[in-house]
Amino acid sequence: MTLAEMQFVLPDLRPAAAELFVLAMSCLILIVDLFVKDPRRTAVFALTILTLLGAAFVTWAGASGEVVYTFSNMYVHDFMADVLKLLLYLTVIVVLFYARAYLLARPLLGRSEFYTLTLFATLGMMVMISAGHFLTIYLGIELLSLSLYAMVALDRDSPTAAEAAMKYLVLGALASGLLLYGMSMVYGAVGSLEIAEVAERLQAGQANHTILVFGLVFLVAGIAFKLGVVPFHMWIPDVYHGAPTAVTLFLGTAPKLAAFAIVIRMLANGLIVLSHDWQMMLILLAVLSIGIGNIAAIAQHNMKRMLAYSAIAHMGFLLLALASGVVGGDARYALNAYSSAMFYIVVYVLSSAGTFGMILLLSRAGFEADNIDDYKGLNRRNPWFAAMLMMLMFSMAGIPFFVGFFAKFAVLQAVVAAGYLWLAIVAVLLSVVGAFYYLRIVKLMYFDAPADASPIHAPLEVKLLISLNGLAVAVLGLFPDILMWFCLLAVRLSLTILG
Amino acid sequence: MDFKSFVFYFFSTILVLASLRVITARNPVHAVLFLVLAFVSGGGIWLLLDAEFLAMTLILVYVGAVMVLFLFVVMMLDINLDRLREGFWSYLPLGATVGALMALEMGVILGGSYLNLFESSVPSAASESNVKAIGRLIYTDYVYPFELASVILLVGIVAAIALTGRKRKPTKAIDPARQVLVKASDRLRIISMPAEKKE
Repeated sequence: MTLAEMQFVLPDLRPAAAELFVLAMSCLILIVDLFVKDPRRTAVFALTILTLLGAAFVTWAGASGEVVYTFSNMYVHDFMADVLKLLLYLTVIVVLFYARAYLLARPLLGRSEFYTLTLFATLGMMVMISAGHFLTIYLGIELLSLSLYAMVALDRDSPTAAEAAMKYLVLGALASGLLLYGMSMVYGAVGSLEIAEVAERLQAGQANHTILVFGLVFLVAGIAFKLGVVPFHMWIPDVYHGAPTAVTLFLGTAPKLAAFAIVIRMLANGLIVLSHDWQMMLILLAVLSIGIGNIAAIAQHNMKRMLAYSAIAHMGFLLLALASGVVGGDARYALNAYSSAMFYIVVYVLSSAGTFGMILLLSRAGFEADNIDDYKGLNRRNPWFAAMLMMLMFSMAGIPFFVGFFAKFAVLQAVVAAGYLWLAIVAVLLSVVGAFYYLRIVKLMYFDAPADASPIHAPLEVKLLISLNGLAVAVLGLFPDILMWFCLLAVRLSLTILG
Repeated sequence: MDFKSFVFYFFSTILVLASLRVITARNPVHAVLFLVLAFVSGGGIWLLLDAEFLAMTLILVYVGAVMVLFLFVVMMLDINLDRLREGFWSYLPLGATVGALMALEMGVILGGSYLNLFESSVPSAASESNVKAIGRLIYTDYVYPFELASVILLVGIVAAIALTGRKRKPTKAIDPARQVLVKASDRLRIISMPAEKKE
């Protein structure tokens, strides 16, 4: 074939406009940063926020209910991707505002790299959310993880941060290896890595089932590592605890949205034919996570560690919903189950952003409010923020009528509909155990004398955002239907098995 | 067994044994050398599949550049092997049991069917030049992952600089750029003084 014979068709760039915009802006910010003399890095911060707002506009303008593929089917643009991306931008913006004061008080952390790495991590998550190919999923995960490893280690003078980064890097590399090995097995069995193509060929039954299941085990193990569910959870408490709180806030919120997206893309869209196999694995992981997460959280005296174990338990709940989509080859309940999983993850991100934001709010230069004793008597120091944190804790514990209750309720409903009554009972019992440590924080805030009576200083916009975040948990608890409707629509328009 | 399968099994055996030695060798320099051997055998297997460009790249880039660098670093590091291996024996029984169980399970799942699988033919890549085929795919079908890989490399650069390239206050290092820009007037002050008569 000569050069003249080669046909080069330019891929349709419009569906991926938001990604291209974020990439271009990230590179621009890297250059602008060279000329910024201001040690507060206000220009870089403002540009980062503007980039995210711009990306939100691009995504909003390009949103439609249709499923569009581009880049030879490696990129998929659908309604679920739009919803998740908009939530992702919102989360990252909120995270950056919460983190701002904390970063300013710590010069080593508050360099422009924090902002550029955040943008690159966001780009990685966008790629994961819109992945139409196993290769894109892997590259998105790597882009996200690489940025996160560096962000955890940014505070070079802290030995705990260095240890956390090291553990995260080594275990993350291991997880990537598992994931890649699983993907290579899927490729060996099916002969394609394109998610839609894999699903089609599996439907037609042209694949070696043994090799496929063998690869599936590694795929699920890799995902479990990234989600941080038992028995692949060992890195979560150390990384959450060791990382600077601003990074923990980022690490514990936005990536969960992307992780949900890749599970849906890989398992529910690509490998739905094998649902019987992976659902069993997910149930096992879910029960272990809810159990160990909730019980181990009770023993923690560090707020970040406690929230890390709570994250493990919450991810278990997510898997529970994902595991009850298909019953005996019948995908009737899939819409309900997957949309409740999406609802759950959105609510979790909302509550955990608020809780970590509260830790950042109470921290100041040279002081980390990450011990649970630091919350003693918060009500007497500042009754408004105590009330906000109380609502967030109630929502996380799943107490009616906060939005966390409806999230748990929707998941349990899906689980019962799928016929796993025992599973729902176990999950409820273990959640009751979990409620203890959330309520302990509330007890410390309201019934104990403050150990440190210093007033709380924060910029107005942070106070406003935290208040909005806390109130959102309560208001969405009164009207959960709106969010649920969006999740239902997103899943219905994007899931291929629903036709 | 024809000659091709013989060569395949020959390379595979060396590859597996060398990989095993990478993680069991006591001396890190030996481990790196075994890794080089593993890469070369992997290159051999790729040659067998007519993927000569990939085989050459593997040997040139990995063996020629990456592994040499690796070897250099390992030789430079002063690794205390005894401290590294502390606790090895206490973890061994549990680790060995779990490892053996997993290997057994994989063996049971894959069973004998694995050998038959090998006969399902491997597609031959040699209908056209390797370099041409890869070049065309990278800039057409795979342009998206290709670009993403470059973004990942960029993040690698940013991260490396962010983690290592910070200015430390107390060092006495001199910035050559600033040194060059120095003008005489910055350093030297010429004062006009009235002439004094010697007593």
